[in-house]
Amino acid sequence: MFTARIYITLKSGVLDPQGEAVKKGLAALGYECVKEVRVGKYLELRLDAPDTASAQAQVEEMCRRLLANPVIEDFRVEV
Amino acid sequence: MQFGVIVFPGSNCDHDVYHAVGAVLGQPVEYIWHAEKSLRGFDCIILPGGFSYGDYLRAGAIARFANIMPAVVDFARRGGLVLGICNGFQILLEAGLLPGAMRKNDCLQFRCQDVYLKVENNHLPFTLKFKGGEVIRLPIAHGEGNYFADPATLAELEENGQVVFRYCTPAGEVTAAANPNGSVANIAGIVNREGNVLGLMPHPERAAEEILGNTDGLKLLASIVEWWEGGGRYGG
Repeated sequence: MFTARIYITLKSGVLDPQGEAVKKGLAALGYECVKEVRVGKYLELRLDAPDTASAQAQVEEMCRRLLANPVIEDFRVEV
Repeated sequence: MQFGVIVFPGSNCDHDVYHAVGAVLGQPVEYIWHAEKSLRGFDCIILPGGFSYGDYLRAGAIARFANIMPAVVDFARRGGLVLGICNGFQILLEAGLLPGAMRKNDCLQFRCQDVYLKVENNHLPFTLKFKGGEVIRLPIAHGEGNYFADPATLAELEENGQVVFRYCTPAGEVTAAANPNGSVANIAGIVNREGNVLGLMPHPERAAEEILGNTDGLKLLASIVEWWEGGGRYGG
C-alpha cells in the first residue's frame, strides 16, 4: 500500500481570484509583506501498486485524466 | 424534431429546459438518465444547468465521465446538435468537446443576475433567428463562469467565428464593466469548429416565455427547430 500526495495549483499566468482575495485579507491583518498568494488543492490517495514507480505513474495518469485540468492547472505527485 | 435532456445527479435546470422545448416550442422531448449508455433517435441533445456531482473537484469534472458521455461525444462527432447550458457548458469543456476551461468568477461571488449579450455569430443552427451584432438579455447564475483559453486557442476561436456570445452593455459595447465574471474577451458562449456544439453560461430556458418577462432565450431554442425544419443537417 502506497500513499500518494498530490498538489494541484493553477498554472502561473492564470489569474487566481481566490489567491487575490486571501492576499487582501492578509494585508488587512497587517501582513503587507505578502506579495502573492496562490490557492490550490491537496489530495491524499492510498493505493495498491507493485512498486513506487508504478504507483507514481498511475497517480500521474489519474491527474491528467481527472484530478487536474491540464488547461489551467499543474500538478505534483509525491509517493 | 426530437430533443433529449441529459439528467445528471445534481442537474437542476433539466425541468426548465424540458418545459421550454416541450410546452413552449411544442417539440418532442425526453429526459435521458446519465447512467444510460446509448442515444438513439435524438436530433438535439441538451446538457442542462445545475451542480452535477456537487461541482466536486471542478465543475463538470466528474459528470464528464458519466456512462452517457461517450455516446454524447460520439453523437457530437457525427454532427449531432449539442447544447450545453451553464453546468452543461462546463461539462462540454471538461469533456474536450469545446476548448478552454472555467475558473472561479474573478469577483468570487456567485452571480445571479440578468446580463446583456452581443450575438457575434448568427450563422449557426443555434442563432439563425438573431441578427448579427444583436444585443439580447439573458439571466446568469454561476460561481465558476470565468472562461479561460490560452492566447493561441483564443486567437483560433476569434478567427473562426467561434465566439458566439459576449457580455456587453445594453448598448452593445464590450467593456470590462459589463463582464460579470472575468472571462477572457468577455466570452459568454462558444461553438466548436464544426458549428454543432454550443456552450454558454447564460440560461436561455429561463427567458423563454412572456410570463417570465423575457423571450430572448426562446429565440435560441427556436433557431434550432427552424434550422432542422429547413432541412439543416451536419455530418452523417
